[in-house]
Amino acid sequence: MTSAPTTTAAEPRARGRRSRRPLKNRLRRVPGWIGIGLVLLTVVYPMLWILMGSFKTQPEFLSEPFWALPQQWNFDNYVSAFVDGGLGTYIRNSIIAVFPALALVLIFGSAAAFALQVLVWKGRSVVLILFLAGIMVPTQMILLPLFTVYYQIGITSTIWPLIITYTAIGLPLTVFMLATFMRGIPREVFEAATLDGASIWRIFANVTLPLVRNAIFTVALVQFFFLWNDLLIALTFVTSADLRTIQVGLLNFTGQYGAVNYGPLFAGISVTVFGTLALYIFLNKKVMTGLTSGAVKG
Amino acid sequence: MEKLFRNRMATAVMLTPALAVYTFVMVIPIMWSVTYTFQSGNAISGFEFVGFSNWIEFFQDDTAIDALLFTLRYAVVMTVLQVAAGYGLALFYIFFLQNKSSLVRTTIFFPVILPTVAVALMFSRMFEAAPTEGPVNTILQWLGGDLTDFLGTPTTAFWIVIAMDVWRSMGFYAVLLYAGLVEIPQDVMESARIDGASGWKLVRRIVVPLSLPVLLSALIFSINGTLKVFDSIVALTNGGPGTATTPLTLYMFRTSFAYGEYGYGSTVAFVLTILCLIVTVFIFRSLRRDVTE
Repeated sequence: MTSAPTTTAAEPRARGRRSRRPLKNRLRRVPGWIGIGLVLLTVVYPMLWILMGSFKTQPEFLSEPFWALPQQWNFDNYVSAFVDGGLGTYIRNSIIAVFPALALVLIFGSAAAFALQVLVWKGRSVVLILFLAGIMVPTQMILLPLFTVYYQIGITSTIWPLIITYTAIGLPLTVFMLATFMRGIPREVFEAATLDGASIWRIFANVTLPLVRNAIFTVALVQFFFLWNDLLIALTFVTSADLRTIQVGLLNFTGQYGAVNYGPLFAGISVTVFGTLALYIFLNKKVMTGLTSGAVKG
Repeated sequence: MEKLFRNRMATAVMLTPALAVYTFVMVIPIMWSVTYTFQSGNAISGFEFVGFSNWIEFFQDDTAIDALLFTLRYAVVMTVLQVAAGYGLALFYIFFLQNKSSLVRTTIFFPVILPTVAVALMFSRMFEAAPTEGPVNTILQWLGGDLTDFLGTPTTAFWIVIAMDVWRSMGFYAVLLYAGLVEIPQDVMESARIDGASGWKLVRRIVVPLSLPVLLSALIFSINGTLKVFDSIVALTNGGPGTATTPLTLYMFRTSFAYGEYGYGSTVAFVLTILCLIVTVFIFRSLRRDVTE
């Protein structure tokens, strides 16, 4: 978008010495390209290094230099990560903890945002600020009482503490962001729907929700990555090895193998890194626009 | 017509689930935590009222003060670096890559969504000294340096944590600030160019002042997030060597769950909350100033 004025402004002057200008311009841009190349290299190289490492055997790690390519391309390390490392269990636990919580966050959050932004009642701004305060308070503030309660009602050996806590943690930002997006809907839309005889429930389900569909998708993505990558809550409430989520599982991967068995560890990192990456590429456009618009407004 | 939107029943039905979950799982526990600061004990052994002794202990506990200082140092250094890196990249996207920046933006954004533990494991292998040499040590030795145990030395460990978190977050801040820079009106830039502003002058006199609001919110967003740093440190250094890279969040986690001191843990958490509160108040004050300008 900035390109348009640059070229139009430069053109009249450049016309006189057309032959020299492009080359000089191109040379001037070389340092810039080298710079961006280096940045891209630091981003991409560590991931490629891990991917290469996931095919190497233990002797290769210990004796070969780091840039050496693997001598074989088989999936032994991956099999080992899933079978001995229990990576499959970790992925399953992450899924059964995150998705129910995500669904609850979106349902409760969009209803509450509607009640706080579209419906008119005394004290709604106070409640909105109460939700807003939840974004600021560090999670450490709620861990101990929750642990006490979960312990007393005896659910510490289930996945429930994670689902419950994730739902609550996700709500403040969701309510706040969806309320912000609903504020953007012109009041006339609701008035027109009312004149057409729609009930308040229909205005919510058939008018408001379709209008903020993109926003809900955005919020869902932000919350998904936030919960999926959570470590603190999972570390606190997961008390048994077969309830570990991906993050907690990976943290214990080193311990399990005594910090020396590199192959399966690299395979484990590869699966999580490239799995997340594949999901991201699939949803890429929405994530980028979503994260920024939410963040700037929030 | 307005009567329809004053529907009390609808309000109650729609608000109650969210408000109930939020109240029972967040609001009440937060207040409950505050009462813990005046008690000692834990969920298994029971509690005992001890008055202000947790608070007195906090200010006499060198480890706690170190954790507080580490948190502040980390938050300030991280905020400056990640916003600077993000702003630099955003300027680069706009002025250098122009409308071809999409692929580069996407690639540099990658690390933002990766699981922290995976990234930390990756970095600890990159900087490893023993039993195998990581790439960084190999390259360092080519250049004539010594084999360095990066994560085993307090100062280098601090900078590796910083490097990793800048690596993880610069793409996010770049996109955030890019969104702000794109909104600078084209005619303003064009007239500045016609008036002879170019390069640094254009950036300093036109771009920075015009993007100040989004720059400011990025700064504050960043401080509020970095004060709560936990994942990357647990996974990369676990607070070590010793307690050299232990922030308040991790210290709270240790005292509460490793030593079972819920009262003291809550006190540490409360100090962190106060820090965040001060920053947030600062956010609102500066945002309000932006609106009135």
